Amino acid sequence: MEKRVLMKGNEAIAEAAIRAGCRYYFGYPITPQTEIMHYMAKRMVEVGGTVIQAESELAAINMVYGAAAAGARAMTSSSSPGISLKQEGFSYIAGAELPAVVANIVRAGPGLGGILPSQGDYFQATKGGGHGDYRNIVLAPASVQELYEMTIEAFNLADRYRMLALILGDGALGQMMEPVVFRDKEPIDLPKKPWAVTGTGGVRPHNTITSIYIKADVLEAFNRKLQAKYAEVSRREVRAECLNCEDADILMVAFGTCSRIGRGIIPIAAAQGVRVGLIRPITLWPFPSDVIARAAAQPSVKAVLTIELSCGQMVEDVRLAVDGMKPIAFLGRSGGNLPTQKEILQKIMKMVGR
Amino acid sequence: MNCSILLAGFGGQGILSAGRFIASAALTEGKEVCWFPSYGPEMRGGTANCGVIVSDKTIGSPFITEADALVAMNSPSLEKFSEIVKPGGLIIIDSTLARPIHTRTDVQWISIPASELAAEQGNIAYAIIILLGCLIRQTGLVGRESFSRALFENLPLRHHHLIPAEMAAFDQGGNYAVGRD
Repeated sequence: MEKRVLMKGNEAIAEAAIRAGCRYYFGYPITPQTEIMHYMAKRMVEVGGTVIQAESELAAINMVYGAAAAGARAMTSSSSPGISLKQEGFSYIAGAELPAVVANIVRAGPGLGGILPSQGDYFQATKGGGHGDYRNIVLAPASVQELYEMTIEAFNLADRYRMLALILGDGALGQMMEPVVFRDKEPIDLPKKPWAVTGTGGVRPHNTITSIYIKADVLEAFNRKLQAKYAEVSRREVRAECLNCEDADILMVAFGTCSRIGRGIIPIAAAQGVRVGLIRPITLWPFPSDVIARAAAQPSVKAVLTIELSCGQMVEDVRLAVDGMKPIAFLGRSGGNLPTQKEILQKIMKMVGR
Repeated sequence: MNCSILLAGFGGQGILSAGRFIASAALTEGKEVCWFPSYGPEMRGGTANCGVIVSDKTIGSPFITEADALVAMNSPSLEKFSEIVKPGGLIIIDSTLARPIHTRTDVQWISIPASELAAEQGNIAYAIIILLGCLIRQTGLVGRESFSRALFENLPLRHHHLIPAEMAAFDQGGNYAVGRD
């Protein structure tokens, strides 16, 4: 059997980043994700990397910008209020087409809010947050093992598309301990980055990393190039898991921690004669609209239930995907509270008219 | 097999570590485990608790809404969590620090003066180990060997010389288990 190590979700992110070749971490502490920085500070020394506790979240994201511009694999992490502060940097990274990885271990908001788990940053993660027409790849792991695997994946995707890849976890995923197998799918093969600002050595023309394009036509052309790239990502990188969806009466859509609560409903509902399926978006952007549409189109499906740790954010994308084919219901909890299996089951029974 | 355990007490009693020992022991036995701590502001000087789920199958929700067993090391924790224990479940209390609640007559109660026993052995930190000894013997959650191995794996090297004494405390707790061999 492969060796399994008991780790906190936050630690798994840090270990994965180091194994993915990340040698620069810049952060500023905030609960519930500070263990990422603790772990980085301890491990980075062993691999000759650099950890800087920045003077602010804004400074940290701009340090990532700098390291990424120089061709390094770099990351930062924070939790909701800190991620808000980084949004300007997100936009600049998109504008400069830099590969970067950020983990957001979401806590309940708005404002300083609380420190308990939430998915209330869905809008911010998937619809912008910073200014301008840009997208980030958003990955939604649901276990400590997936936090590990998707962090490695985030670095690969960021480099492949020269984009920011965001890992959207939550306080529960960050704080829980589960077994992790360090399953490195492929050897880390750092891609060549001929665009990086590494010094010309006096032999090549100098590279420029910038996000400023003053002329309208030049900026529009750049925006078209970005949109073409985003379209390619949307074509190639959509990921979702479907459980028990075939011939389901009710389809649940839930990601991350919520999907785990939803998973537990399937056998309980089955025992009561209701076939419930679960679609778990793994990429939140690009969103698995087609997967949801196909499943919802089945004649057996009476309605779609979106479950979130928020007051209703992803449900808007589910509604767009289903496009009026079936009724959409929503069940959400906020403030750090979690939906119980009992209340989800009650909702489902109501939806099937029982 | 799917067992949800809640451990609760004051910060500093070793509650979170105890959960880690169980999770680690179950891991060595090839089981699925999930350990989830309280990480709220209540940790600073107040109550501390953690949940551990041990299962043969993939673990769904990491949150325990119905526990198979509760180990409570003070009265506030007992009051807060006793309602979460399933009917027919198990509540183990440190009777030096907490008294049984008589509203739950549908669960099995085991009272152990764990803090007192630990103090007699000269190390109050053994109280939680005594309680775990009873929990593990009573539920058959993990083997004694796995637990011992978990101590070696999780305690810093400088504390390894204490492990024989900890295992003696573990066995002392095991003697309070009822209805098993």
